[in-house]
Amino acid sequence: MHRSLIWILIILMSVALYLVFIWSPIEKVMGNVQKIFYFHVGSAWVAFLAFGVVFVYSILFLMKRKRSYDMIAGISAEIGVLFTAIVLTTGPIWGRSAWNTWWTWEPRLTTTFILFFLYLAYIFIRRMDGAWEKKARLAAVFGIISFIDVPIVFMAIRWWNSKLHPIVFGDAPNQSGGGIEGEMLVTLLFCLGVITLLYIVLLQKGIYIERTKLAVENVKKNIQEKLMK
Amino acid sequence: MRDLIKSALAITWKDLYAEWRTKQVFSTMLIFSGLVIVTFSFAFDPTNNTIRAVIPGMIWVITIFAGILGLNRSFISEQYNDSLHGLIVSPIDPSSIYFGKFLSNFIIVLFVQMITIPLLFILFDYKMNGNILLFLLVLFLGSAGFICVGTFLAALSANSRSSEMLLPIILFPVISPIVIAAVQSTRILLIDVEEIESLFSWISLMAGYDLLFFVFCFFLFEFIMEV
Amino acid sequence: MIKTVTLNKTIAEKTILNDINITVNQGETIGILGPNGAGKSTILKIIGGLMKPSFGHVMIDNIPVKENNLEIKKKIGFLAHNSYLYEHLSPVENLTFFGKLYQVNQLEYKVKELIREVGLQFFMNEPVRSFSRGMIQRLAIVRAIVHDPSILILDEPHTGLDQQASRILNELILKKKEQKTTILMVTHDLAQAIETCDRFILMKKGVIIDDFVLENKNVHQLKEIYLRQVG
Repeated sequence: MHRSLIWILIILMSVALYLVFIWSPIEKVMGNVQKIFYFHVGSAWVAFLAFGVVFVYSILFLMKRKRSYDMIAGISAEIGVLFTAIVLTTGPIWGRSAWNTWWTWEPRLTTTFILFFLYLAYIFIRRMDGAWEKKARLAAVFGIISFIDVPIVFMAIRWWNSKLHPIVFGDAPNQSGGGIEGEMLVTLLFCLGVITLLYIVLLQKGIYIERTKLAVENVKKNIQEKLMK
Repeated sequence: MRDLIKSALAITWKDLYAEWRTKQVFSTMLIFSGLVIVTFSFAFDPTNNTIRAVIPGMIWVITIFAGILGLNRSFISEQYNDSLHGLIVSPIDPSSIYFGKFLSNFIIVLFVQMITIPLLFILFDYKMNGNILLFLLVLFLGSAGFICVGTFLAALSANSRSSEMLLPIILFPVISPIVIAAVQSTRILLIDVEEIESLFSWISLMAGYDLLFFVFCFFLFEFIMEV
Repeated sequence: MIKTVTLNKTIAEKTILNDINITVNQGETIGILGPNGAGKSTILKIIGGLMKPSFGHVMIDNIPVKENNLEIKKKIGFLAHNSYLYEHLSPVENLTFFGKLYQVNQLEYKVKELIREVGLQFFMNEPVRSFSRGMIQRLAIVRAIVHDPSILILDEPHTGLDQQASRILNELILKKKEQKTTILMVTHDLAQAIETCDRFILMKKGVIIDDFVLENKNVHQLKEIYLRQVG
């Protein structure tokens, strides 16, 4: 199942690359740089999806106390942070040509930046010392708190921003489907799908690695017990 | 509910009384705030007129950095003799521990602000000519939101051996909306009085944040208190 | 009356308790004995509400502990290895604080009487920080009984106490026993256990291996059984 998903992913990924770089038209104003935005938007979407998964599985964990729920939440957070990092690097690359500056304290960018720190904090809680039950419980609580924080962060930053600068970047091309060409939209949607599949594959892989780690730990413990007898 | 508030007040009173006896946290926070003010005077030329623009930011930097010192202590001090376990086995709702701790931390921070903010104004020769009552309301709401989440996350991070390092890392991202709102509304009150209409939306954002997080922290607290 | 039903506890994949079923009647005094890591303290913590079992549940007075939590907690007095006291507060302030949490009536009078009973009346208003281990333990035990609990849980109460403090502690426990308080005690000290307890539960590696009544106060007999069972 996992193996076949990987093959499907590889094929679809190649198709996506073809669509992005060859099939879809080149944007008139920004030129080739605009191509990065297919991955930028895709990563942003997966990051939000991943953090949503953290939220859902945190609640589930607090209710059911199953280790697998905690595992999924933890891995999903790691993947989310990874994709947030991709968003935070592709954003400035694109912004350099679109807005002529690497970084602006634009609401979406700033929120992503804080999101990055929020879930980094979540991972730090998971790296705490002690039994896994304790870490899982505390991380789950933080996973809930941080997810409900996200919309408030976004709102606060948008208000803050609109007061400081008049709306300069009003409609960057990635926001509305309206100004976007049909082929670009198809490519974008395809990329979203492929990156979501990538997320699923990564999640599976992460769970597999985590389970292997646990198995190794158990074997170690058993050997230790036998040797000490 | 009445019992909950009663036991919460008993915890608040116990904390404040112990603090009154030792004055440890309070004096540390005050001295630290003083040092931050001195550092600001090096960083920003106090004789320059533009200094007015950074005063709102200074107020909240002082509050938050000094507040973190107190928050760190608030649950670590309960670990000595395991007295937190004493609270857990007693017949009180876990949320009342949160509520009691919230109140005592909040009161201490308000006292610190009562001294440091006038001191800041005097040292930077700032004449307050805005609406004092609104200013106090902003201080109240901003500090409440900060302490509300801060107390909760202090309890969370107290489970770690390196809680002093963990708390700032997990606290700052979560309180970023309240920091933005508090600094912005303070700026409007102290400097840009002409933007007074937008003050209301900032104040309602803070009130909403306070309410939302208080409710969430209040109900999630029992998960933190498990042993 | 306390009843534990298939109590299980695992922490980080390690089994601490394995299917513990104990029934304790009102007024019984029970000593739980066993080597380190047998899970003795964990049972007390679960009954006292400090820890949740991974599986199974505790019934106190025929009510599962999950519901009606606060009413049951009021019936339990818990003395752990640590004193739970606040360093910067005096004995009176400590007891008043905990008395408030337990909603004790006539608190002021009661606090003074309890302090007198353990001989700390001259240090009533000194901060606990300056106390010796023996004094702290005396205060810790009255902290546990400030609300007249009908169940008293003691986790190694004799550790680190001198002769005199042990004697005062035993007197207090015996007095509670006369008042038909149910007492559960974990201890390593067989001599102290036989002074106060009538029934003994032997544990090893998270399971109960023996459960017997011994009322003749014969330490040697207890030691013999302990060595034979636990080894």
